[in-house]
Amino acid sequence: MSCAPTPDTPGDFPIRVRGLKNAFGDFVVHEHLDLDVRRGEILGVVGGSGTGKSVLMRSIIGLQIPDAGEIEVLGSAITDARDDDDIDIRCRWGILFQGGALFSTLTVAENVEVPLREFYPEIDDQLRHEIARYKVLLSGLPAEATGKFPSELSGGMRKRAGLARALALDPELLFLDEPTAGLDPIGAAAFDQLILNLQQTLGLTVFLITHDLDTLYEICDRVAVIADKRVIAVGTIPELLATDHPWIQQYFNGPRGRAAQNAQERNAELLHEAAAIAQDHVAQDQTAQDRTVAPARGQA
Amino acid sequence: MRATADFTTEPGADGGLTLTFRGPLLVSSIGSVDGRLRAVSDAVTAIDLGQIARIDTVGAWTAWSLSQRLGAPIVNASTDAQRLIAAVSGSDSNTDRIEAPRLPLFERVAANVGKFVIGSGAGILQVFGFMGQIILASGNLLRHPGRFRGNALFHQMELIGVNALSIVGLMSFLVGIVIAQQGSVQLRQFGAEFLTVNLVGRITLRELGILMTAIMVAGRSGSAFAAQLGTMKLTEEIDAMRTIGVSPIEALVIPRLLATMLMMPLLGVFGAAMGIIGGAFVSSLTLGIPFFAFLARIPEVVPLHDVWVGLIKGPVFGLIVATAGCFQGLQVKADAEEVGSRTTAAVVLAIFMVIVLDAFFAVFFTEVGWG
Repeated sequence: MSCAPTPDTPGDFPIRVRGLKNAFGDFVVHEHLDLDVRRGEILGVVGGSGTGKSVLMRSIIGLQIPDAGEIEVLGSAITDARDDDDIDIRCRWGILFQGGALFSTLTVAENVEVPLREFYPEIDDQLRHEIARYKVLLSGLPAEATGKFPSELSGGMRKRAGLARALALDPELLFLDEPTAGLDPIGAAAFDQLILNLQQTLGLTVFLITHDLDTLYEICDRVAVIADKRVIAVGTIPELLATDHPWIQQYFNGPRGRAAQNAQERNAELLHEAAAIAQDHVAQDQTAQDRTVAPARGQA
Repeated sequence: MRATADFTTEPGADGGLTLTFRGPLLVSSIGSVDGRLRAVSDAVTAIDLGQIARIDTVGAWTAWSLSQRLGAPIVNASTDAQRLIAAVSGSDSNTDRIEAPRLPLFERVAANVGKFVIGSGAGILQVFGFMGQIILASGNLLRHPGRFRGNALFHQMELIGVNALSIVGLMSFLVGIVIAQQGSVQLRQFGAEFLTVNLVGRITLRELGILMTAIMVAGRSGSAFAAQLGTMKLTEEIDAMRTIGVSPIEALVIPRLLATMLMMPLLGVFGAAMGIIGGAFVSSLTLGIPFFAFLARIPEVVPLHDVWVGLIKGPVFGLIVATAGCFQGLQVKADAEEVGSRTTAAVVLAIFMVIVLDAFFAVFFTEVGWG
């Protein structure tokens, strides 16, 4: 398996889609669909059920061959690939499928090791085991979960394990298909924070399909709306609210949209107050401590 | 060409050794340097990340675990590197739980034998339980005939019977050719080549037609039952049926059982006929017995009870094949691998039981005077 080296000067748009058309028989899912994803952003993709959000993701990652159009991911033309092996950027993306899609005969840690084994066979067993372990912990699973089989995990834990596998190669691009669907609200909020954290720490570009309004408000930099077989609008939520497309208005101004918006405003206010209080009290020495946290841990 | 990571150790400003990383510290570049790093045991007093080009979590982990092991602080780390190190520092180098726990060889063998014995005992009980369920469901269907699924029955009959005609026919035809050809070579030594008709006619109608068909149906349909029901079990379709009040035995198992029992004798007779045609075909070419003369002699030399033997065995073999397939399919619990192993078990069990019962039938029918 080949792996394209990461260029030192990355382009501004890791994903570019132009004039995409997908059809199943007579049923046209996408037509003239254009989309640009900016480097380092979390792009939320929304749309009604059956508007082809997952199909769009499958087209971008080369699982679905479109009827027309061009797709470029990390500078490599996905739509020109005639063969699975032609796509040589697979080591630079990670994908979390809706159900986790873990290999059922391998343990969680072994699942995480699969991409490492495939792309970097020179890494020896000890280091690979260590990598798998910290990825699993990083995804918010307890250490005991590493030796468990997917059938022994709950749905939420399977999603976290799937995320650990998606992160196995430290990808630049992360695709998430409904990561918080089916999680309890506390678990979903924690998962949102986890994704945001990882995105900020690792500098990821995230393509996130979701129905979860809270996720959109909390972590997405921009939101792309799919309707009428194409992306009708891309922008921040205030920008989208300014458009007068009926579906967008209904989506964000429905009862659930309002609730999510209120929650986000409340959170922002609380954060603001907390920050103000903190600033008053411990201004200088706190920031000085922050800077030395990582090296100080090294001495422990 | 991939860039690789590297490191040097040299005396630092404070008199101790400083380990300095160079090059990119990435998952793609770390493999070659990791072994050498683990061999470092000098009194390193600082780990310098000031010279690295880029870093990811694997690089951060390598630096962090090294600093933990040597007790040396990391210096000159960029903000990115610090953030990454903070992110991975929750983990440790303990890797015992990566693979599923395995017992030592001796214990494993003993444990597997024990599991097999207990599992076999439980399996026999479950088979009886399954048959009991089938009898109960059949009784229910007799009392409420309206619940019977005619559509499913006819659909299964098509899959099991009609769609198998070509392969069963071709196979029986070829077997008929082999028997006639090989039989005639042996019979020629006694000058009894004309008895080839008796040989082919009796063996296909009595034994081979139905036996070969049963093996083919076990491979085609028994395996399909196990895989279908097993997958439905995994996707919770069977649980869904149960909660809606539809009995999976009535809706899935009974139509398959009935369809197999109805189609087996028909396929068996068809197979026997194709075998006789194959024999007649070879005889007309090599023995000089005309094709239609061969066929015309069949009713004269084959007693009618041979046909009955074949027809009686058909539904019994069908029952075995379908029961094995459905039973194994419904036993699936865990994962995709189990669907495969259960399907294999269904086919092996079905063919084995069919051959055991065939031997029993051969003795039985001879004893009752149908020899």
